[in-house]
This record gives sequence, structure tokens and C-alpha cells, in this order.
Amino acid sequence: MIDVVMPQMGESIVEGTLTKWLKKPGEKVERDEPLFEISTDKVDTEIPAPTSGVLSEVLVEEGKTVAISTVVGRINEAGGNGASAPAPVTAKQAPAPPPPPAPTPQAARPVAPAPLPPPPPPAPEPQPVAYNAVESTNGPLSPLVRKMAREYGIDLNQVKGTGMGGRITKQDLESYMSAQGARTMAQVSAPPAAVAVPQPPPPPPQPQQTQAVTPIYTSQQQQAPAPVAPRADTARARVEPMSTMRSKIAEHMVMSKRVSAHVTTVHKVDMTKIAKLRTRYKEEFEKRYGFGLTFLPFVISAAVEAIHTFPIVNASIEGNNIIYHNDINVGIAVALENGLIVPVIRGADEKNIVGLQRSVVDLSTRARSRQLKPDEVQGGTFSITNFGSFGSVFATPIINQPQVAILGIGAVEKVPVVVDDAIAIRSVAYLALTFDHRLIDGATADQYTGKVKSILENWSQEIL
Amino acid sequence: MSICELRDLGRIGYGEAFALQQDLVSQRKRGLIADQLLIVEHPHVITLGRNGHMTNLLASEEILRRAGIEFHPTDRGGDITYHGPGQIVGYPIFDLREWKRDVVAYVRALEQVLLDSLAGFGLEAGRVPGCTGVWIDGKKIAAIGVHISRWVTSHGFALNHTTDLSYFQYIVPCGITKPVTSMRALGSEPSREQVVSTLARNFSKQFQREIIILDRQSAIAELTETF
Repeated sequence: MIDVVMPQMGESIVEGTLTKWLKKPGEKVERDEPLFEISTDKVDTEIPAPTSGVLSEVLVEEGKTVAISTVVGRINEAGGNGASAPAPVTAKQAPAPPPPPAPTPQAARPVAPAPLPPPPPPAPEPQPVAYNAVESTNGPLSPLVRKMAREYGIDLNQVKGTGMGGRITKQDLESYMSAQGARTMAQVSAPPAAVAVPQPPPPPPQPQQTQAVTPIYTSQQQQAPAPVAPRADTARARVEPMSTMRSKIAEHMVMSKRVSAHVTTVHKVDMTKIAKLRTRYKEEFEKRYGFGLTFLPFVISAAVEAIHTFPIVNASIEGNNIIYHNDINVGIAVALENGLIVPVIRGADEKNIVGLQRSVVDLSTRARSRQLKPDEVQGGTFSITNFGSFGSVFATPIINQPQVAILGIGAVEKVPVVVDDAIAIRSVAYLALTFDHRLIDGATADQYTGKVKSILENWSQEIL
Repeated sequence: MSICELRDLGRIGYGEAFALQQDLVSQRKRGLIADQLLIVEHPHVITLGRNGHMTNLLASEEILRRAGIEFHPTDRGGDITYHGPGQIVGYPIFDLREWKRDVVAYVRALEQVLLDSLAGFGLEAGRVPGCTGVWIDGKKIAAIGVHISRWVTSHGFALNHTTDLSYFQYIVPCGITKPVTSMRALGSEPSREQVVSTLARNFSKQFQREIIILDRQSAIAELTETF
């Protein structure tokens, strides 16, 4: 039986008015579900249940004002966990993995479930495997949890979070520590390799929650901090929630990787002719139009022209259908101070170099000042990213869903090249096409990229 | 300094804004987004807080309907209030765990933001003990009503900027039989944009947040699609 108390909602607050019970006596309640509401000075606050069970007693009626820490009701945990009603308790943890044979934190290699493809070759992931006991969990952590984890050297990947969205709470850490008992902590702080794998080994069996502690109910028993390993003194971190844009980007990137079969093919392209044209027309162009001339409009123009020959690059997939888009709307990735947005040049095939350059300048300027209209970031059918603008020569872009290809261009650099058995200085860049192998095969992708390359190398279009 | 995204959504229905708040609250609780400050203006609507008393609604729902005023029971603290054109309504969706776990301190801080902002326009407002809100010469210029779930706030404040005060005749605002006033009625009439940016500055100061102002269109663009 767990006491539910009037919580303290602020330093100076000594009492609260219980305005509404959201559950009736005898009703089942899930841990963290809103249980009652209190009111203090124009603020209504929902108070979540400290544990799962049955609300067995209501000791303070609605409308009564009581001092903080007054017991307002009781929850019978047995009622929730007992044989009578096993279902609701597991609701939250329903998709839990099958019971682990034994908690083996450093299982050398994740054993993939049968129907999945074998684990990928141990190719080094590009992402830095900066293992940090504190950072590597899903969801933000409260400062308290971070501090505890640091102090007791707990690898949070081993702790099952039962808070909102699987968040790890103080109680989870306490339960975990008590479950660990006398186990040596050396075993727990598994080597990074075991943690960096996609599917960390299942957590140790969940200890019963009856001894968990939350701030809003009293508990007879507080787990004493177990003697543990020396503190990981370098494990310091700052937790900051993502901006809306950041979380959207995160969602989109992972979704794209999941949806498409990404393959990237890279061709070397000789940009010497374009570089010369650019040098020749630069000043005149700027004088006439008021903005500079970059390599990007040439790449867009070539990409668009090549789409006419390989329209599948400008398609998307809907169920079992291939949608060939008649419009060629090219998304241009624009880096923002703390994000990325892809405004769209509509009807890119109808624009010449001046028109394309104008669109690029206009869209990227307005993207950076956050002046884009909603329809200017929608409806793209193909994307181009100029990763060369930050000096990269070679990258593998992620497809902008629901498109099936994205073309990236690296920095244009002067390099020695063998031309007719002589060494010449040429301006060279790498063109990287990431394509969705569900729809586009390597041969097509390479023919398309080859076509883009050929258009750029043999540029014949007028500029001014 | 952590960030707070300010979205000035302009005129938006009460129900729509309420749904948006709930969505943002749920994302904020999961830590998916940063603190948010929504600034809106509602069409004529009378809302009744969870602890409100229908006796403070002086007109029948039928009369309200004829006057073109919506009626909306809601889950914020406080009693009854009116929102309408010319009022600047702010809905901070803050996670108080990243500020202070103190609901009273939060309400006092909201009041302080309003007091400082009004002072910037030459209006010396103050508090009235026991009557949360912002007052000038015994008249209420801004109302406050808040809801908190898991330390994440919703609802907020309503500042009478150029509000047509005659609409308050239908209610006893917050159950307190004291008159209301507006910035315009007191002879201070900065533009809405000026007031909003002053509020943003004072929010930043009071809550130690870096305010990122998103204009309406990019606010929407960002919510619809990014790469």
C-alpha cells in the first residue's frame, strides 16, 4: 500500500487545494497517469500517480485545502500487479523483449533475431563512437539522474527507463542498483563496443517496483547508495532539448534511412570549362544582376537536363507504383545556423543559369532569415546538396523523402591530371549521387551521373 | 542559455490554439522540443477555468451566441475570463524543471514580465495581494491562468492592448468584481509588434532563455517540413 501525498509545488508553498480526483476509489491507475489535480494561486496542476495499482482510499475530498505532505489517498499496488489484472500493468512494457536468458552486458555481438539479415560487416560507423556513460541513452535525463549515474558509474544503457517515453528516472536507477546488488561494477561498465551496437543487450530483469521512491509519496525504505566503482570523472554533459527543427531533421533522416535502400555512386568531373566561363563572366554577371555566379546553377542545370534522359531519377514510390513527376522541382539543401532546410526551385527545367542562380540566392537568403513560405519547402522531386561549400570533397548524402535520389557536389579543386599523356592542371570535383536502390539500379544511376558529368564537361549553353 | 522558441501565430481560434498547446505540451514533456512561447490573438471567446463558477457568467449562452462570442470551458487555473481582438495572449510551454520547480514563483515571474513590459511603455502597474494578475490603479490590465502537468506549463496570460473592454460586461473577470482596463484606455498605444518584442525581451531576462523568434510563416514552414 502506497501513500499518495499532497506534493510541494514550490519553495514557499505550504498547502494546496485538491480540486479534482481524476480516478475514483476502486479504479485502476497506471503509474504516471494523472491521478488528481491541485490548485494553487491560479495554477492548476495535474499530479501523476506514483505507482500502478488500485486507488484504494481517498482521504481528502475535492475542494479541501491541506498542508503539503498530507496523505490524500492510498494506492494498493497488489491490486494492479496481482493475478486479478495482469494486463494493464504490462501495457506500457508490452513490446518488451523476450525475457533475457541472463543479463550479459558485454555480449560481444548483438544476436539479431532470426528473420533479420545478418549483422553488417564491422565497418566503422562514421559517427564518432564517443562513448559516454551519461549521454548514450534515449531521451533527456534529469540532472539528478545524470549526477547519480556519474557518481555510481552506472551505464545508463543497462537501465530500463519507466518514465515518460522510456525516460530513466531516479527510481529506475535505484531499482537497478539494488538489483545489481553485490555485482561488480566492472562488469556493468561494459566496453564501448557493446554499447555502440544498435541493439543493446536486454536490461536485467525488472526488479519489483514496490520499493521505488518518488517525490510525492512516502516510502519506508530508501535504498542506500551501493558502494560502487570510482566516479567517471570525465563524464560531464549538458542536456538541452532539441529545437523543433532539430527534432524534425532527426526524424526525417532516420526515417529516410529506414525507407530507402541508400547507395552512393561517385564520379569525378572536370569543371575546368565551367571554371573558365565563371571567371570570364563573373564581373559582368554581378554588375548586371547584383549577385555572384557560383558553380551551383551549372550543376542544377546539368542535373535537370540529365533527368530528361533518365526520368526515373525524378520519381517517387507509392506502394507498388512508380510515380514519374512531370515537374522537375529541385530542392537545394541550405545550411542554417543550427539546422538545415531544403527550399525548392519549382520548374527548374524552365530556368537558365541566371534564373537558377537567382532562385538559389533568393531561397537561401530567405531560408537563413526564416522567411520561407510553407509551400517553398514542399513538393521537391529531386535534391541537390553542395557539400563542397564547406570544403568537403566527398560525401554520401541522405535522400530527401519521398524522393529517390540526391546529387551532391564537392569542392572544386585544381589538381594535376593526365591529359593525352601529358600532365595538366584541371579544376576537378566529385559528383556523388545517392539513389534509392529499390527503384534505381547501379547502371542507371551511373549513366545518369555520367550524363551530368558529360554536360558539365562539355558545357555549351550561353550564360549571359 | 537554453532556448525558447517564440511563435507569433496571430489570430487563431481558442479551440485550435488549445489543441496546439496540448500537442506542444506532450512534445515538451518528452523532451522533443525546447521551451515554447506562443503569442496569439483570439476571436471573441469567454473561457471558464476548471475552478470557475458559472455564476460569474452574467449572460446566458444564448446571448453570447447572438453577440458572436464563443464559450469554452477549459483546464487552466483561475475563474472566468474573456479573450478577443486587441488582446495579446501568451501561452508559455515551459518545462519548469529547467527553471524552478515552483508554481507560485512561475506566476510571479509571469507577472514580472508583464510589469516590466508595461513599464517600458510608461505604464506603472503593480500586483494586488491575493489577486493574481497585473493591475493599474485598481483596474486589471492583464490576467493570468496556468495549467501544469509534469512541470510543463500551458495557458498563460492575456494582456489588454487595444481590447474593446465592453465585452467584459458579460462576465465577472476571474470572479473578482473589479474593473478592467487596457493599454489603449490608459493612453499608451504602441503597435502589437512592439509589445510582443518587449514581452519577448522581458521573458528572456526573467527566465534566462534565449528567445528565438520565428515569424508566422516560417513557424508553420518549420512545422510542416524540414529535411
